Formats: sequence, C-alpha cells, structure tokens
Amino acid sequence: MKPAPFEYVAPESEAEVLELLHRHGDDARLLAGGQSLVPMLNLRIVQPAVIVDLGRCAPLAYLNQENGALVCGTMTRQIMAENSPEVRQGCPLLAAALPYLGGKAHRNRGTVGGTLAHADRLAELPAVALALEAEIIVRSAGAERTVAAADFFLADLTTALQEGEMLHAVRFPKATTNERSAFAEVGNRRHGFAVVGVAAVLEVGNDGACTKARLAAMGVGATPVRLMEAEQILEQGSLGEDAVRAAGDAAVRAVDPTDDIHASAAYRRRLTATLVQRSVQEAVGSGGSDGTGRAMA
Amino acid sequence: MSSGTVEVRLTVNGVEYARSVEPRYLLVDFLRHELGLTGTHVGCEQGVCGACTVLLDGVTARSCLHFAVQVSGAEITTIEGVTADDTLSPIQEAFHSNHALQCGYCTPGFVLTTVELLRENSAPDESEIRQGLTNNICRCTGYVNIIKAVAEAAGNMKNGAG
Repeated sequence: MKPAPFEYVAPESEAEVLELLHRHGDDARLLAGGQSLVPMLNLRIVQPAVIVDLGRCAPLAYLNQENGALVCGTMTRQIMAENSPEVRQGCPLLAAALPYLGGKAHRNRGTVGGTLAHADRLAELPAVALALEAEIIVRSAGAERTVAAADFFLADLTTALQEGEMLHAVRFPKATTNERSAFAEVGNRRHGFAVVGVAAVLEVGNDGACTKARLAAMGVGATPVRLMEAEQILEQGSLGEDAVRAAGDAAVRAVDPTDDIHASAAYRRRLTATLVQRSVQEAVGSGGSDGTGRAMA
Repeated sequence: MSSGTVEVRLTVNGVEYARSVEPRYLLVDFLRHELGLTGTHVGCEQGVCGACTVLLDGVTARSCLHFAVQVSGAEITTIEGVTADDTLSPIQEAFHSNHALQCGYCTPGFVLTTVELLRENSAPDESEIRQGLTNNICRCTGYVNIIKAVAEAAGNMKNGAG
C-alpha cells in the first residue's frame, strides 16, 4: 500500500519544528529516521495531516559530553552512535545494544530519538535507557522539561510526550570506573525483532562485590520493566552462581508477558531468567560489554 | 507547505535528475516510475524484505522506507549503477556462477547489501555473511548458494580478480 496524502514540511531549525508542532498539535507527526513510522504510513495505520521531517534539522543530530553524561540529540543516527568512540567508552551498554536495533540498512537511517519516542514494546533502547536511568529532554514551543526514563514509557507506542512536545535529546549517564554492563537478547533472527532482551548495569567493587545493580527487560510487557527484586538480590554483594540464578528467578516474578505468534508467555518468562543470568555473567566477565550476548531462539 | 507536488533532485548512478512528485511518493517508486530504473524491486513495502535496498549517500537504505522528497539532494546507487557498463560486477559474477538466484526478485537487494558488507569487512566468515544478510529475504534459494557467492566474491575481490 501507499501512504495517504499529507502535507510535508522540513524545517531547518528546532524553533520552527516546535512552532509547527504548536500550530498543528496532534494532526502533525514528526518524521525522524522513518524506519518505524514509514511502514505505519505505508500500511495507513497512521494518516497524519502533516509530516514534519526532522531530517533537514542539523542541530538535532549531535553527541555531546557534559557533566558525566553523554547527551544524544534526537536525530543522531543509530549507526553514528554505534560507531562513536565516545559512546563505546562513555556508554558501553548503549554501544552494545545498538547493533540489535535492526539490520544495517535500518541502523544507517534510524535515529536514537526516533526509536525512543516510538516506544515499541520490542525496542531495545527504552530498556537501555531504563537500566541506565537516563533522562529524556523534552521540548515544546518556549519550554523544556526533563523526564526520567522510568516515567517516559507509558505503554506500547505511548510515551509521556504531550501534544506539541518533541523528544529533543536523551542524557545517558556515563559509566563509572566500577561499572560493568551487558545487553543480552534472544530473537528469531539476528538484528531482527527481539523476543526478550535484558540490559544489565552493575557496579562491582575491587573485592568483586556488587554494590549496585540495574536490570531492565523488554519483550515481557507493554513497556520495558525494571527488575527490582533481582537487583536487590545482586546488591547483597555476591555475583556467584547461586545469587545470579536467584536473581533470574526473581526477575521472572516481575514480568507478566503474553502469548503471541513469536513466543508463548511461558517461553518469555523462561527467557527472562536465562537472559538475566547471561547478561549479568557477561557484564561481570567482560569488564564492559561487547554485545555478544545474543543467541538464536 | 503543500500537499500538491514538491521538487525532488537526486543524483542516481551519477546522473542528476529533477522531478515534481507528491510528498508521499516513495523513493522506490520514484526510481522505478519516474526514472524507469526498475531493477530496484518493491517487496513488502514495510522495510522487512530488503528487495528495495539501494545505497543512499554510500550506505544501504530501504528505498520503500523513504519518501523521495526526504532525500532530495542525495546520491543514490541502484543495481543499474553497480557497474559502469553492461558487464557484471564481481559480486554479480559470483551470484551467477554460484547459482545464488532463481527468480532473481531479491537479488538486487542482496547485491547492494553485499557491496556494503564487503566494503566494511573484506573477508567475512560464514557467520558474518549470514548476519550481514539476515534482513534480506529470499524465498527461492534457501540462502546456501547466496552465502557461497558472497564468500567467493570476497575472495575474488581480495585477489583482484573478476
């Protein structure tokens, strides 16, 4: 199918983008990389009156370091972030997760802000943002607010963005010296849609004890889910086999997946335990993350 | 701002074109219907199958997931542009000699995906080839001969043959 007709505008400044959003409200849709929105337009799942293309708005594509954080402008292409030494060093979990987002052709064009604002329940970066306790910088005409990742993802394809607002950037805290992280995912195809994924961020002292754990799972509900009981088990200190297995078991109790054509709810629960164990072990073992945590379903 | 037509300028396979089309006109339709470059195929129209893959400013992109107006000013390479004349490129040669196509509908997308894959990794192992091609779908071959063809193309290109 072909998209329904729409008015098209491609402003070069963020101020113009925000003014257009203010004027058109929910009649307008922002087009970032288009790797999720254009399929929906082609299938006429969405039929906005106005498309505001951010592709000509160069000021929205940036990666900045500031105050212990990596700030990623909404139009930063996923491949740019993936290949960025600053991301690899400062935010290894993000670097590890990015290759899972889609095929190379999709990552060449897809954007960091686009996938977060789209908030697909099977998207990786919302889980990464949750595990890293990232902040979403939201702008509207004449205003800016910051939303914690934990408050941003409300339901499948639904975020805290209000009418007239856009995701301006995301602020990922940079990894501390003691931080270890990993991303593990199982999907039917590599670089394809995930079944379940888990992002793990640990702080490990020189004595090997875990002092902080942040775990988030995706593919197990309408939004990514923090696995707090599992985190608490790891924060008792041990990262040994028993503790990691107990954390996996606890994670299963925190999720409530449903059956669909790709996997049963029972399989998703089992994967949650497996991927918590895999991501934690990989985080501990790697002294960082190299993104090799994926296996075939 | 208008829902009428917009001017789109593209350099495709080294040739500059300008056309007026509706904003909703997809890049793949622009290439096929406005420019007559029918080697780029329409498959799923939702970015899954890879039949419409082109090089957009040098990197792979799904031409069904872009409006032509979005990429106005860009340089596009389609399957027609992988060689300067009617001969086969080393990748196409390897697909031919390995029987890596049957109906051929997916082949342009596979060839352009392979161009990028081998540019970034001149000697991929089988696993890397499979990963690199995982988002291009072929319903005929079962992929085995495609994997062989890409491996052979890599070897030939490295040795300067073909």
